[in-house]
Amino acid sequence: MTVSNSETEIIVEDPSAPPAHSPAVTHTRIVDIVVSLLLLALALVMAFDNWRTGNSWDFAGPQAGYFPFYLSIILAGACIYGIVAAGRGRGGADKPFVTRDQLRRVMQVFVPTLAFCLLTQWLGLYVASFLLVAGFMWKIGRIALWKSLLTSVLFAFIMFATFDLAFDLIMPKGPLEALFGR
Amino acid sequence: MEALGLLLHGFGVLLTWKTMTLMMVGLILGIFVGVLPGLGGPNGVAILLPLTFTMDPTSAIVMLSCIYWGALFGGAITSILFNIPGEAWSVATTFDGYPMAQQGKAAEALTAAFTSSFIGSFAAVVLITFLAPGIASFALRFGPPEFFAVYLLTFCSFVGLGREAKHKTVISMSFGLLLAGVGLDTVSGQLRMTFGWSELYRGVNFLVAVIGLFGISEILLTMEERLALRGHSARISLRVVWQVWKSLPRYWVTLLRSAAIGCWLGITPGGAIAASFMGYNLAKRFAKDKESFGKGRIEGVFAPETAAHASGTAALLPMLALGIPGSGTAAILLGGLMVWGLNPGPLLFVEHKSFVWGLIASMYLGNVVGLVIVLTTVPFFAAILRVPFSAVAPMIVVSCAVGAYAIHNAMFDIWLMLVFGVVGYVFKKIGIPLAPFTLALVLGNRAEDAFRLSMIGAGGDLGVFWSNGLVGSITTLAIVLSFWPLISGGVDRITRVFSRA
Repeated sequence: MTVSNSETEIIVEDPSAPPAHSPAVTHTRIVDIVVSLLLLALALVMAFDNWRTGNSWDFAGPQAGYFPFYLSIILAGACIYGIVAAGRGRGGADKPFVTRDQLRRVMQVFVPTLAFCLLTQWLGLYVASFLLVAGFMWKIGRIALWKSLLTSVLFAFIMFATFDLAFDLIMPKGPLEALFGR
Repeated sequence: MEALGLLLHGFGVLLTWKTMTLMMVGLILGIFVGVLPGLGGPNGVAILLPLTFTMDPTSAIVMLSCIYWGALFGGAITSILFNIPGEAWSVATTFDGYPMAQQGKAAEALTAAFTSSFIGSFAAVVLITFLAPGIASFALRFGPPEFFAVYLLTFCSFVGLGREAKHKTVISMSFGLLLAGVGLDTVSGQLRMTFGWSELYRGVNFLVAVIGLFGISEILLTMEERLALRGHSARISLRVVWQVWKSLPRYWVTLLRSAAIGCWLGITPGGAIAASFMGYNLAKRFAKDKESFGKGRIEGVFAPETAAHASGTAALLPMLALGIPGSGTAAILLGGLMVWGLNPGPLLFVEHKSFVWGLIASMYLGNVVGLVIVLTTVPFFAAILRVPFSAVAPMIVVSCAVGAYAIHNAMFDIWLMLVFGVVGYVFKKIGIPLAPFTLALVLGNRAEDAFRLSMIGAGGDLGVFWSNGLVGSITTLAIVLSFWPLISGGVDRITRVFSRA
């Protein structure tokens, strides 16, 4: 992303934006049906579990499974309706759910986020956030390495100062923090 | 005029250096959040909520509500200067705001937007000041059946009045209610729907879900779109402010109408978006020269902004008085109240007087201070959009993770947040609304408890929901509302038949 600046206008370009005409990976209707099927399965599992917990009445009123059992039935019903409605093709034109280039861009954030969550477990939140910000800015934002490193070091430090020092919130920590005895 | 005395007491609670500083910090963070792409009111409040965990409840809610006001103000900046509505309810602001900016009248448009936001919020806060205590003391007489009926009314009005496909609203809501039930059952002490998974014993935390649904999914959605921007910068001078304010009395009908629409729609759930469009359309309908709308008319900025902010603020009324949030952000604030150990609902007005009135006083003060801040700092905030998204996105992800982790100090919650991020992304793309889910998740346990307590009291007789005039009419209204589209369709058909005869 390059940035230009004039007196009255602010312009931010986005050269790596997904092109408008990119083949669709899948369509909204298909995703709609798949999601409804997944939720239906979930509803049935939940209904079974609540039936096992007890969905009827005992001496003290409704059992623990009573309320959620009927909710799972409602959820299942709405999902079946949704599947039928989508199967008949009602509910407007079938739009592409995501195009190939859009999916590529979404993965560009999702995969680093996933990696960040994994790294947080081993390295602690602050080191992982340094790696995420630096890596993302440098690799995906194509921002100069020194700028990326400087920003991410500052960011990680500010986060540490805010949460750990000022607000006493304890975040996952790793070997680096242990080195400094925190 | 008991309310006025209590309000003065509220100001007394507020006027300390610490709360005033927190208020400023909250407002600036809020404007920041409102201007940044991929963040808005609910996400901002949800992500920044953990910052407040170690504060006392009054400071915490003052800071959070100021983040909310700031985000509302910030949304107008991007709508007018960049034609990018930060929130769905700022869409109507772009109709006339952006053309004004193109004509070089950005400063006028921004001043108009900020001023009318202030007027809208102010009207709603006055309403809250005088109406909320009355409603709360009336609701003190409510028993479990009445409360369940009110919850039912909230849920049903989402189904009946929402714009999305009905079955999708039902899916979203029942999914949320179901997840709210996961974990330890508070009445019987039994575990349910945990499948032996010890991380689920605590249940699905509402805030973790919200951070994922609104924060992470919004980043995914923003990345998918073109991030190129082209807009105007603006500097507001005192002369412009004076000119716009001088013209205000001419538009008093528009302002009053929009404020009234906003207050009404804000109290009913999910109203801010509808309010802004309705405010705009009515201003257009009553105008003498309808053609000039959409071409940069200042009234076209006044009308939607006043309505949107009146409704955004009025959404806090049912939350404070009944414990039922009128909007997504109100639901998150409600979640916050529970974290700080306060039980939202009518008892709040009795048990935590200085908290409630401190909050109401902070609404007045926050809006005044917010207005001054946005008027003076617009150039700075417009420049934030120059910061590349590839620097902002990972920082938002980290803030989300911090927020999710801080709630229970559990790594599991970070993973749960990620899952909800994907769920939110998919739901938004296939048109399953997220607001009913949010509301159901935060109200689920309370609704269930109310239902079971009234069932226990009545010995399992569903007739308890019609046992007296009050509960009966609320329940009936709820059922009517959930079938509203069918009923109004039927009425239309009947009137058409009669008019033909």
